[in-house]
Amino acid sequence: MKILTGNDLRSGAVTWWNGTGWSLFVDDAVDVGDEVEEILAREVATRRVNVPYAIEASIDASGHVRPAHIKDRVRALGPTVRRDLAVPTADKTGWDWVI
Amino acid sequence: MACKEAEMADNLGTSPDEVQFRFRDDEPVDHGTVTVDAALDQTNATAVRIEPGDDARALLPFLERLALVEVNFPAFGDGRGYSSARILREAGYVGELRAVGDVLIDQLNHMRRCGFDSFAPDNRLDEEDALRAFATWDNVYQRAADPGQSGRRTIAEQRHEA
Amino acid sequence: MYQYDQYDQAMVDARVEEFRDQARRRLEGKLTEDQFKPLRLMNGLYLQLHAYMLRVAIPYGTLNARQMETLADIAEKYDRGYGHFTTRQNIQYNWIKLEDAADILADLAKVEMHAIQTSGNCIRNISSDHFAGAAADEVVDPRPYAELLRQWSSFHPEFTYLPRKFKIAVIASANDRAAMRLHDIGIRIVSREGKIGAEFYAGGGMGRTPMIAPMIRDFVPLDQLITYAEAALRVYNRYGRRDNKYKARIKILVHELGAAEYTRQVEEEFAHMLSVGVEPPLAELERIRTHFSDPAFVDGPKTIDRSNPDFALWVDRNTHRHKHDAHVSAVISLKPVGGIPGDATADQMRLVARLAKQYSFDELRVMHTQNLLLPHVRIADLHALWSALDAAGLGAPNTDTIEDIIACPGLDYCSLANARSIPLAQRISERFAQAGRTEVVGELKLKISGCINACGHHHAGHIGILGVDKKGTENYQLSLGGSEAEDVSLAKITGPGFDEDGVIAAVEKVTDVYLATRADGERFLDTYRRIGMEPFKEALYG
Repeated sequence: MKILTGNDLRSGAVTWWNGTGWSLFVDDAVDVGDEVEEILAREVATRRVNVPYAIEASIDASGHVRPAHIKDRVRALGPTVRRDLAVPTADKTGWDWVI
Repeated sequence: MACKEAEMADNLGTSPDEVQFRFRDDEPVDHGTVTVDAALDQTNATAVRIEPGDDARALLPFLERLALVEVNFPAFGDGRGYSSARILREAGYVGELRAVGDVLIDQLNHMRRCGFDSFAPDNRLDEEDALRAFATWDNVYQRAADPGQSGRRTIAEQRHEA
Repeated sequence: MYQYDQYDQAMVDARVEEFRDQARRRLEGKLTEDQFKPLRLMNGLYLQLHAYMLRVAIPYGTLNARQMETLADIAEKYDRGYGHFTTRQNIQYNWIKLEDAADILADLAKVEMHAIQTSGNCIRNISSDHFAGAAADEVVDPRPYAELLRQWSSFHPEFTYLPRKFKIAVIASANDRAAMRLHDIGIRIVSREGKIGAEFYAGGGMGRTPMIAPMIRDFVPLDQLITYAEAALRVYNRYGRRDNKYKARIKILVHELGAAEYTRQVEEEFAHMLSVGVEPPLAELERIRTHFSDPAFVDGPKTIDRSNPDFALWVDRNTHRHKHDAHVSAVISLKPVGGIPGDATADQMRLVARLAKQYSFDELRVMHTQNLLLPHVRIADLHALWSALDAAGLGAPNTDTIEDIIACPGLDYCSLANARSIPLAQRISERFAQAGRTEVVGELKLKISGCINACGHHHAGHIGILGVDKKGTENYQLSLGGSEAEDVSLAKITGPGFDEDGVIAAVEKVTDVYLATRADGERFLDTYRRIGMEPFKEALYG
């Protein structure tokens, strides 16, 4: 599936498009299908998100959203070398699939 | 791109009413500019437009007859125009030096310091923000082509004034 | 140390307000991200993987205790309690909010610091020898020249939209501790027939096309230093390539024109600039120099009590000869075994600040190797200093060993990275420490970059590792034989890359070859240069 991600303009935090707004949690990300350009144009104009882009992702057996590329997996959880600083409610089993 | 350039060749230059900021008292030139190449061929051109890749020094032999030099910034990140402007001022050019194109608020101060004394941005700038930008620095570290050069002492010069 | 006067202070204060206004306009939608990006970058603010990142300048790597305490305060108040010291003697914070950035810059300005031009296509923070003002082998202290260049390059009206970023290093010793010839411009202050002047090198760099800078002038008189730099920059600004971002650094211009032709153009511009008159008065250099006078060194013991072997090892590994024989310069390693290279917590920064006040005349340095340094420590105080460092986990005796790894932030933090760097550094240092091989192997500079931009200086590593993306997985290329020092050379790739476990095993294999082949007194690099690549290749791929 295709999901949208970016960084919050004010805080810089990694965010994911949940259908109505931008969530801090990758599991909230929704499939945007072929509406990518439309949503991106609208959301950039509202300045809630900075440099958003579309990525490929899938949903695993336990219902977690898994970005396809390693870079977005690191963004979803936090630095692998500072797991104490992970995104607060991120799925902790996620470290197994980050790399 | 080539198409756009061709279009511009027919109608080169900005008109006085496209100039948003002008720090001169003389009457602005009321006709268009020619390319550097054209200026080299014509003995009577008084207004020239410099593109980023042009060598500003090509104009030095006939600086005296020029009343307007436009320096085009097709994209604000291309900084060659700053060197072109200083080179002309260093050579003694006293005519109007106009920054045109993708001219934005946050480049105004540096442009002024490089010798530009008029500004014709593609998109009109917020007046208040622009005037604040022109006035950002009370002092400067470098000698450049600041307006009233002899009147603007650099920080180092002020430190060592007798 | 340099101290701001009212002019310097007014400049940084004005810059803070300018940036506050720019950030406001961005948040109000008056600036697009494309327009805002170069402005925030010129104030050190990047957008990285997890948040904004702020890079704070530490000009020529010198700071005092109060400044270090402010860096600690910022880490706690605005970030997550730590910072990362970089290979260009700066510090980076990884978790910054755009709406806090102007306040952080204001806090920095209160202690004469800033983030001006720590990114963007402009002249970056001027770096220098971390032993400046202390080393026994220097001609003069290079920092006054670096400060003169700092002022000249700050808000330079002509050189703020260069084709690409521009890095300058200034040293004043035959021994290069600043990777001088891997900079866009390298300057070596020299003495000739009793006169001080500058050698200029241009067109060095790492990145995707590493180049060693050729010399373009063997002596620029002191009263023409700025004029010459101005000429070198103008030629670059006018003729550096702007059609391709990857060919826009000055090294490509110098390479394509040839050093001789580039030099000719610079000399022509220089002659013109001399007539324009852009040089600051020579009295300004003298004024700056008075800020860098020696502290009041005192005589004392010149040797240590070696009865504690741990202390003796630390002194042997981490201290450097000082121009005053009762003192040394002491390296504070930010490379604990298994740690993140260059990271320091706020508490560690405060401790180091306190030790600098107590033992080093209130002076600290950031080294390009991502360590900290107390430049002027009395030999009599070394034991007390070591005890305090050791108790805080800052006493690793590993300077210039395989544990002293330079690593960029890599894919754990950086949006440009293709692979992680930090976990490799952690595992390699653990592997060698646990096997007791660190001291056996001796001096070995290992440098890791997580992408081709080479922030981890892998081209200049005795052993270099470059992380690449191989069909969506991390892959690492090994290279051998680089050096950033006076014996500068570029490392060569050994062959096909490895996965993470594979590259760690490969590092062990090449050190095995070294240990089995080395002649007396040879470092890894010396052995490599003597025997060449083949024996190493054979061990890796044979």
